[in-house]
Amino acid sequence: MRHFIFFPPEASVYARHVDWILFGLLGVSAAIIGLVVALLLVFGIRYRRGSRAPRGPLPAWVSRDVEIGWTVATLFTFVFIFWYATASFLTTIGAAPNALEIHVVGKQWMWKIEHSNGVREINELHVPIGIPVKLVMISQDVIHSFFLPALRIKQDVLPGRYTSESFTADKTGTYNLFCAEYCGTDHARMGGSIVIMKKADYQKWLDAQPGAENLAGQGRQLFVRLGCAGCHFEKGHRRAPDLAGLYGSYVELADGRTVRADDSYLRDSILQPKRDIVAGYAPIMPSFEGTVSEDQIFELVAFIKSYSGDAETTQ
Amino acid sequence: MAAVQEVHDDHRPHGWVRWVYSTNHKDIGTLYLIFAICAGCIGAFLSIMMRAELMEPGIQIFPGLASMVYGVHGDAALDAGKSMYNMFTSVHALIMIFFMIMPAMIGGFGNWMVPIMIGAPDMAFPRMNNISFWLLVPAFLLLLLSMFMPSAAGAWGPGGGWTLYPPLSTSGQPGPAMDLAILSIHLAGASSILGAINFITTIFNMRAPGMTLHKMPLFPWAVLVTAFLLLLSLPVLAGAITMLLTDRNFGTSFFAPDNGGDPILFQHLFWFFGHPEVYILILPGFGMISQIVSTFSKKPVFGYLGMVYAMVAIGAVGFVVWAHHMYTTGISLDTQRYFVFATMVIAVPTGVKVFSWIATMWGGSIEFRTPMLWAIGFIFLFTVGGVTGVQLANAGLDRSMQDTYYVVAHFHYVLSLGAVFAIFAGWYYWFPKMTGYMYNSFIARLHFWITFIGVNIIFFPMHFLGLAGMPRRYIDYPDAFAGWNRIESYGSYLAGFGVLVFLFGVFEAFAKKRVAGANPWGPGATTLEWQLPSPPPFHQWEQLPRIR
Repeated sequence: MRHFIFFPPEASVYARHVDWILFGLLGVSAAIIGLVVALLLVFGIRYRRGSRAPRGPLPAWVSRDVEIGWTVATLFTFVFIFWYATASFLTTIGAAPNALEIHVVGKQWMWKIEHSNGVREINELHVPIGIPVKLVMISQDVIHSFFLPALRIKQDVLPGRYTSESFTADKTGTYNLFCAEYCGTDHARMGGSIVIMKKADYQKWLDAQPGAENLAGQGRQLFVRLGCAGCHFEKGHRRAPDLAGLYGSYVELADGRTVRADDSYLRDSILQPKRDIVAGYAPIMPSFEGTVSEDQIFELVAFIKSYSGDAETTQ
Repeated sequence: MAAVQEVHDDHRPHGWVRWVYSTNHKDIGTLYLIFAICAGCIGAFLSIMMRAELMEPGIQIFPGLASMVYGVHGDAALDAGKSMYNMFTSVHALIMIFFMIMPAMIGGFGNWMVPIMIGAPDMAFPRMNNISFWLLVPAFLLLLLSMFMPSAAGAWGPGGGWTLYPPLSTSGQPGPAMDLAILSIHLAGASSILGAINFITTIFNMRAPGMTLHKMPLFPWAVLVTAFLLLLSLPVLAGAITMLLTDRNFGTSFFAPDNGGDPILFQHLFWFFGHPEVYILILPGFGMISQIVSTFSKKPVFGYLGMVYAMVAIGAVGFVVWAHHMYTTGISLDTQRYFVFATMVIAVPTGVKVFSWIATMWGGSIEFRTPMLWAIGFIFLFTVGGVTGVQLANAGLDRSMQDTYYVVAHFHYVLSLGAVFAIFAGWYYWFPKMTGYMYNSFIARLHFWITFIGVNIIFFPMHFLGLAGMPRRYIDYPDAFAGWNRIESYGSYLAGFGVLVFLFGVFEAFAKKRVAGANPWGPGATTLEWQLPSPPPFHQWEQLPRIR
């Protein structure tokens, strides 16, 4: 029976929740199929040609009431399923505010993963148990999909746009990681595993990885190397807006719109700086499209997120 | 009077002229049916090759196949083999949808039976009918040719799935294979749009005196609703794949994110076509099943008006549920809630149809002849596919099920089993009418039971694989999934054998020439086609029938 599995393990509260919805729906489905099969059998046998069952047209009230009856019954069944399933999945999805953020870059045909302290891995994702985790994901070529069956979650990973996926694992172990969106030749091999570890083991694992500066630190070096600092760290900020405390704030643009400075906004401003010009500044920033990779954009964004305005002194 | 006399003569052209220049709806219907059988055999062959590969974990068959077909060796053959598998899944779907089910149901049975059942001498635009069919042939040849053209580096054939999502179908596969596939779909789409215009015009204008819309049999009704779906959805697909074509060749960036395009836009456009498309594939089947259940229960169909407006409702609501294919793309939660609700609503008219078929049997005198077996098989299998559809409609569950074998099981239960069982039900129901010969009942029943058992062995365990988390379109899988995969492959060999039994049954019927007579089904068969001799004369209803 080892090769006849029915369910992957459940490694989070959310996964168990999804399974309850599934079992509920399977129950309703089995009832409907049972009803259909029973009616087919009963009518098929009772009214077979040559049987002695009474025949003739059904009385008008029977046909009318039966038809109205099942229409209303199916309507209520399905509206109930809608209410039950939708109401419950609304409350369980969405990231906790202080989630551990991990960055994922999909490419043909591997998953590149960057932890916030700079540790990198490929096709393996190590996470601690009991802590909310938020994956911020982007693809550098075609569409992929990050699928963790044990957590019952899946999110498409798109080129040119961040998507995210959140979970809180509650069972240690090594589980499958798959790519679920068709992505070409090695689609079937674009997978690996998620390793859910006790907090202490996770810390031990992190420490054992080859030393790397954290993402924000790498981002700062890159920021200087690419020449961003020349304008954005300039005293007085005549050429370029100040980045201190920018992340999460609202920015007024030259065309009168106001946008929130989130990951996507920062990414777009690096790659397509002429799209959202900050009010009061000239559109002089060059595009870094093709100059920086998706990994490097994660680093730059991590730096801008952490930056609170000590640059002039430390530059 | 001479001119009138001439019409009465059997002035049918002979030889190849009769078929190539044909403007006769019955001959064109026959062409469509032969075309669908050929395409269906090719599509089935592709699927059996895939099942043979999936019988064991690891990659066994496709590298050898690739080296045979494309002449590559070693590691190149391995990569070409993987791409070839992707191409097989994509082409299998395109063939079965555009070149098997649609030609069989709409082009084949629709052309043959709609004019006869509404009491019309022919279709409204007989020459357009001819070009509708003959556009399909080059379309199919283009698709077959594309299988041998380069796509990505070291790969051949269009391998983006039938959904053609960019950027995999644009920058992901620069070679000419994808262009040929896109042009093939363009031609097939044009063929279907012309056919749809023809059916709408015919049904609205050429019904026999006395046949009001509310007296029209359910099969023409089904084709009418289907024709509207085709007319409204196919232009959207044509637009979307034209944008793919210009993105690929002329430097536009509708879907290319580096230049401000949006790949998700394509998915919205595609599924705005794609969801009505699945109803296009099943609605004519609904119509056929209604005729058949009523005929063999010797009763008029239960709740006729409810059946008609259920189809109209399915057609209308079918246009506003498309994004339930896209729950995992990152659309907002409110959008997801709306699409869950709309999808639940569409289950109601579908339920009306299923229960009305069953209620038609209530108080009837049921004869289990071969078409009725297929029809009852259809009702059961379609219900199984229907309830898994209701499960998948829930965004929360779909987050886990999307793009797994659960989805594959679901849509094969409604299409590969539902639509195909409807086609075979229609085939055995109208075969005596179309050919004048009776099929061999034993072979026909054998065909039914082999197919019924075979397809259930293939597709039922796919539910388990999907629950266990096996993603679709995988040439290789972890060992844990091996058991169910092996069983499914045995099922596909059995179902493949069923196709051979079917072909033998056709051959046998033509060889034995058992005369069927005008109405082999007895008093339950009340629609107009059974008042004509079998096969019907080259031109029927020169004297229009009067419906009271």
